[in-house]
Amino acid sequence: MTTLDVVNDAAVVAKRNLIKIKRVPDLLVFTTLSPIMFVLLFAYVFGGAIDPSGGGAAYREFLIAGIFAQTVVFGATNTGAGLADDVKKGIIDRFRSLPMAPSAVLTGRTLSDVVNNVIVLIVMSITGLIVGWRINTGPLEALWGFVLLLIFAYAISWVMAWLGLLIPSPEVINNASFIVIFPLTFVANTFVPIDTLPGPLQVVAEWNPVSSVTEAARELFGNPAPNPTGNVSTAWSLVHPQLYTLIWSVVIVAVFAPLAGAQYRRAASR
Amino acid sequence: MDVAIEVAGLVKRYGDVTALDGVDLQVPRGTVLGLLGPNGAGKTTIVRILTTLLQPDAGRATIDGVDVLANPREVRRRLGLSGQYAAVDEYLTGFENLDMIGRLYHLGRSRSRERARELLAQFSLTDAGDRPARTYSGGMRRRLDLAGALVAHPPVLFLDEPTTGLDPRSRTEMWGVIQQLVADGTTLLLTTQYLEEADVLADDIVVIDHGRAIARGTSDELKAQIGGERLELTVSDEDRLEEAVGVVTPLGVAPPVTDEHRRSLTMPVTGGVKALRQALDRLEAVGLEVDDAGVRRPTLDDVFLTLTGSTAGDDEPADEVAS
Repeated sequence: MTTLDVVNDAAVVAKRNLIKIKRVPDLLVFTTLSPIMFVLLFAYVFGGAIDPSGGGAAYREFLIAGIFAQTVVFGATNTGAGLADDVKKGIIDRFRSLPMAPSAVLTGRTLSDVVNNVIVLIVMSITGLIVGWRINTGPLEALWGFVLLLIFAYAISWVMAWLGLLIPSPEVINNASFIVIFPLTFVANTFVPIDTLPGPLQVVAEWNPVSSVTEAARELFGNPAPNPTGNVSTAWSLVHPQLYTLIWSVVIVAVFAPLAGAQYRRAASR
Repeated sequence: MDVAIEVAGLVKRYGDVTALDGVDLQVPRGTVLGLLGPNGAGKTTIVRILTTLLQPDAGRATIDGVDVLANPREVRRRLGLSGQYAAVDEYLTGFENLDMIGRLYHLGRSRSRERARELLAQFSLTDAGDRPARTYSGGMRRRLDLAGALVAHPPVLFLDEPTTGLDPRSRTEMWGVIQQLVADGTTLLLTTQYLEEADVLADDIVVIDHGRAIARGTSDELKAQIGGERLELTVSDEDRLEEAVGVVTPLGVAPPVTDEHRRSLTMPVTGGVKALRQALDRLEAVGLEVDDAGVRRPTLDDVFLTLTGSTAGDDEPADEVAS
């Protein structure tokens, strides 16, 4: 097994997953429709309350990076559900009986989900631009903002890959991840400025990596908080959001890629 | 003897449940072994161990001379597996499914495509080759799954219940396809719940029950052991069933089994039609009316009744784990 084989196998598996997006476009439509719905709901329902003077315009600018972060984290559920589905349908058995690189099934899956996220981010950016979101920095900074979102999402994909192999039922995975991902993406600076949260929740939100990836994206897109109260958080995680996000991403992959790999070898052995 | 599959003392436990309890198998190159047994007997567990999907707790196995436990990747190069449920990706077309498998065997881009087209033609799927597999019928999916197992021309092939759930016509088609493969010299290990299927396809049959091989031999040898055809009679009057047993018993190779509820008796016979005529004559002579009569080939149930004294699939819940 050469490195070339390993790369080839991952690419073959990734291509197979991407064909599914092409064959079942509804899937992509719905994964992008729900974030579009979130953008519109938050922007126009809460926007006026959070940012009364500006009629919500400043809030919409603030909101978009938060929705990006929430959406790519939610998107990782696809990784888990896809793998669970493959186990259920016996496709993992077929892969495991082939002389291919065992890692390819997981790397191929997580890589194809990056492509999925790229498409979703493009659709959402367009929606954002329509409701008034703007990038106020340079193209390179903005690009790095998107890459950082994708890196973080890639890391979360490995958590979901492990879960998907551990609980091979797509329905259960969807519901289970909902319970984790909802608080993870809400107890953060995604939708409201952190200083509006009650004390203990504020601390949780400050150190929540979803906050740091959101903060990093805002920084890199040049989207400030509406109605700055002057109470800017001094938590290290939010002062260095890019570094903090990268550290989390590396740690998550370092822990969950081996766990998912071990679970893959066991996956069908029941 | 040139042996393609060799298995010795295979044991697999799931907690307290023993799924395999010391199974030995030998499959000479170019022959077909049928593993016959009810659901949960351990057939699938054997296939999963031999195809490197599962680790046994004891025993050893070689495929094409390569040790399954010591060198699984080398073994994977030499085998093709087609599972109990068709493991085709329903979103990919037939062509894409086969092409993907070729690429994962590292056949290279052009060889993979060429091989995919060849197999589609061989399995009468050319017309459907560019349609997503989810539009295929059950029989077409099975054929595609089998084609997937053949992409790399493996010398040893494993088919786990290749026709379970297929309608009779698709089953007959599938048999034809498998017979063709075997004629080309592929060594095949096949699991089935149907005696008829093992009879049609296998050179040797091993009957598996509760994780053990309880009988083995050629189809003819097994039939000699369990008797050939079955004579089945239903009498009109429940009270005269015992009398009917007395009348027909001398015609059978073993005493009949009766089912009072259905007023019927079943008895192994040789020369079925002749035995049937004689039985009807004798019953008529004593004035016993018959509602239904016929000769049928032995089923898996008959095999199990004869070999173990209980019906196939009795007291099986624990073994579900194994299947």
